[in-house]
Amino acid sequence: MAEVAHAEVGHGDAHDDHHEQSFWSKYVFSTDHKIIGFQYMFTGMAMALIGGYFAYVFRMQLAFPGNSIPFWGTLSPAAYNSLVTNHGTIMIFWVAMPVLIAAMGNFLIPLMIGCDDMVFPRVNRLSYQIFLLSAIVLIISFFVPGGGFGGAWTAYPPLSAKAEYNSTPFGAPLWLIAVTLEIVAFLLGGINFITTTMNARAKGMKMYDIPMIVWMIVIASILFMCSVGPLIAGAVMLLFDQTLGTAFFDAAAGGDPVLWQHLFWFFGHPEVYVVLLPAFGIVGEITCTFARKKLFSYKLILYSTIGLGILSFFVWAHHQFISGVDPRATYLFTTTTLLISIPVAIIMFAYIATLYGGSIRFTTAMLFGLAFTGEFLLGGVTGIWLGSSGVDIYLHDTYFVLAHFHYTFVPIAIIATFAAVYYWFPKMFGRKMNETLGKFHFWGTIIPFNGIFIPLFILGAGGQHRRIYNYQHFPDLAGADMQDMRVFATISLIVMLAFQLVFIANFIISLKKGEKAGKNPWKANTLEWITESPPPHGNFGETMPTVYRGPYEYSVEGREQDYWPQNEKPESEPS
Amino acid sequence: MFDFLDRFMPGILEWLLPRASTYAIEIDVLFDVITILVGFWFFLVLGYFFYLIFRYRHREGQRAEYISGETHKQKQAIEIPHYLILICDVAILVPTFMVWYNIKIDIPPPDEEVRVVSQQWAWTFYHAGADGVLGTDDDIVSINELHLKNNTQYTYHLESLDVMHSFSIPVFRLKQDAIPGRVISGHFKPILTGEWDIQCAEMCGVAHGIMGARVFIETEEEHAAWIAANTPKLSEGEMLAAKDENLPEVKEDQNNG
Repeated sequence: MAEVAHAEVGHGDAHDDHHEQSFWSKYVFSTDHKIIGFQYMFTGMAMALIGGYFAYVFRMQLAFPGNSIPFWGTLSPAAYNSLVTNHGTIMIFWVAMPVLIAAMGNFLIPLMIGCDDMVFPRVNRLSYQIFLLSAIVLIISFFVPGGGFGGAWTAYPPLSAKAEYNSTPFGAPLWLIAVTLEIVAFLLGGINFITTTMNARAKGMKMYDIPMIVWMIVIASILFMCSVGPLIAGAVMLLFDQTLGTAFFDAAAGGDPVLWQHLFWFFGHPEVYVVLLPAFGIVGEITCTFARKKLFSYKLILYSTIGLGILSFFVWAHHQFISGVDPRATYLFTTTTLLISIPVAIIMFAYIATLYGGSIRFTTAMLFGLAFTGEFLLGGVTGIWLGSSGVDIYLHDTYFVLAHFHYTFVPIAIIATFAAVYYWFPKMFGRKMNETLGKFHFWGTIIPFNGIFIPLFILGAGGQHRRIYNYQHFPDLAGADMQDMRVFATISLIVMLAFQLVFIANFIISLKKGEKAGKNPWKANTLEWITESPPPHGNFGETMPTVYRGPYEYSVEGREQDYWPQNEKPESEPS
Repeated sequence: MFDFLDRFMPGILEWLLPRASTYAIEIDVLFDVITILVGFWFFLVLGYFFYLIFRYRHREGQRAEYISGETHKQKQAIEIPHYLILICDVAILVPTFMVWYNIKIDIPPPDEEVRVVSQQWAWTFYHAGADGVLGTDDDIVSINELHLKNNTQYTYHLESLDVMHSFSIPVFRLKQDAIPGRVISGHFKPILTGEWDIQCAEMCGVAHGIMGARVFIETEEEHAAWIAANTPKLSEGEMLAAKDENLPEVKEDQNNG
């Protein structure tokens, strides 16, 4: 089977034309997995700038309520709601998903498993085109009459279902269409990731020889495919409620608004793991390379990940403890939620144990990788307070929740992404990024990040609810102490955003003037490092690699070198 | 049990805001129990993590060890802590279930009842009035003001007229979503006189950010005086009419960016 699929790809018409291509066919309508990966990455980064700008505007409003905001003006309540809603939507659906899964999956999977492209290159191109369309629809939704949708990224009906409630007659349906299109794009991409990994691996690469990041992206794609059906069904029902006057979620006409919450969170919770797993994968690769260590207990991590994936389908109602589900049901969901701490803890312990006995090189990529582990630890453990239904009665919908999931999502979508960019930049563009600027950027990102969200934990525990545009309306929350913490968080955010300019500058300068990287600048084992940097069309030239061992054979005793590429022929084997 | 445990707890939430209901102490103690158990693990793991980073930093001429993590003995490094975490999970689950049962499932027989109606963007409270029975002519209806008698067991009946809202009184540690088409009942017993915020905790539209109210917890005498002063003042129809006049003001504020 593997040979058949491989042969088809090798002789598919998409790859026959190795001659010079025009700009349009090379960069815009390309079917090359690397170009599509870049398209996803740059689109995701551009959307991150929009999402970050939104965060700046509403944090300024919270710190200095009512004042005119530089680069925006005075912020109205409706615009505030719209910014909060679209910040969340963009950061999850248009930043974390495209960069972590689509960009990394597209760029890395064929290179790491040793094949020349995805098995369905044109489906891949279609996937990006639909994704781009979804981003355009979302951006258009900010400028239609009534403004962008402001009913929170969870879009609970009846608020999201009727224009008379949400006051955004065009923004709400466009938002929903954009999210649905985005999801369709990722379904197409996911089919490619799973099929390619199962069918097109290099000769000799057995299941346990697949790099962990590839496994993580494949498992994430499976989770996504299994969870997304209910959401698409729900989205279509909600779109009908909005535009055709049906009443799936209208209690007065016999519908049930809580149904949406079940459909949404049945998708929404596995979705957290859909973006978490690629981040785990990235950090696993980087930890092994720079600690010069074999990944601690590969199989335990792999099976814990699968267990985590299965368990993630049984926790969704912990988002709904106080939303009118039968109170007895929470016993089940509290238990499953606390149980999910076990596989996550195993993976985290294995990563930490990987450092034991290592020889750690503190490159910028490794610093971001280590920071992911440390910061995500806090994000993970704070979930225990919220998973406990008793405490959640109090903490639900407070800033404690907000701080908790930013301590998971920022390590995932920002820190792990930076780790990946610093690590694979030499392979992507043939040059290394500047390490001095990189470390400057690292500290300028990590320190303010904690400065933003630690105050928000305290504010949340003090009873401050989410999505409120001016706390001065609430006497218990208007005190100077609490306002000082809001100002501190906002200033930290501005510092963090300012340091991203260092990253952008480093990125652009290194593209042109960075130190030439060569094939394998980090002395890593996986297959992407045996080809040219950047890899040519078709990836490995004439001879495709053959795999002889697992991806993490670092510091093997009795070898002169402390790494052992997967494709290097064992000495015992006759050539 | 929670009173007893409270003596050994740091009282983190109480430091941030007072406990004004009987079950506030239960949530506070549970919060502290989780803080201690999770905090122990968090600082232990984080400390070990930093120790490893420092201890195994790269030094010239030193080579990493080859450890697969696949042998039984090596796997124990992960398995033993994972059993300990399981024990901690159970230690959190038991008090969680007790707190949840006490607050959300077991509703004690009430001394008084109060009806809470939410809509975009106001709270309407139906107090039982002088006869102590809800749904009679002397009910006192108020907008954005909830008047309670201290040390009295209340049952609330929560409704919504339009979208989802959430009835949250942080000093009570109480939160419950209001769902259109349903009446959701729950309970609380105030134990501290004073005046505090009620917040809407679920995004409910343009003016969600100002959908607050105040809860007034009064002594028996103060509460009786409030009832006497307010009993026949306004009928329900007049109250709603008064409210409707205010609505367009809020709606006109919409201004999209």
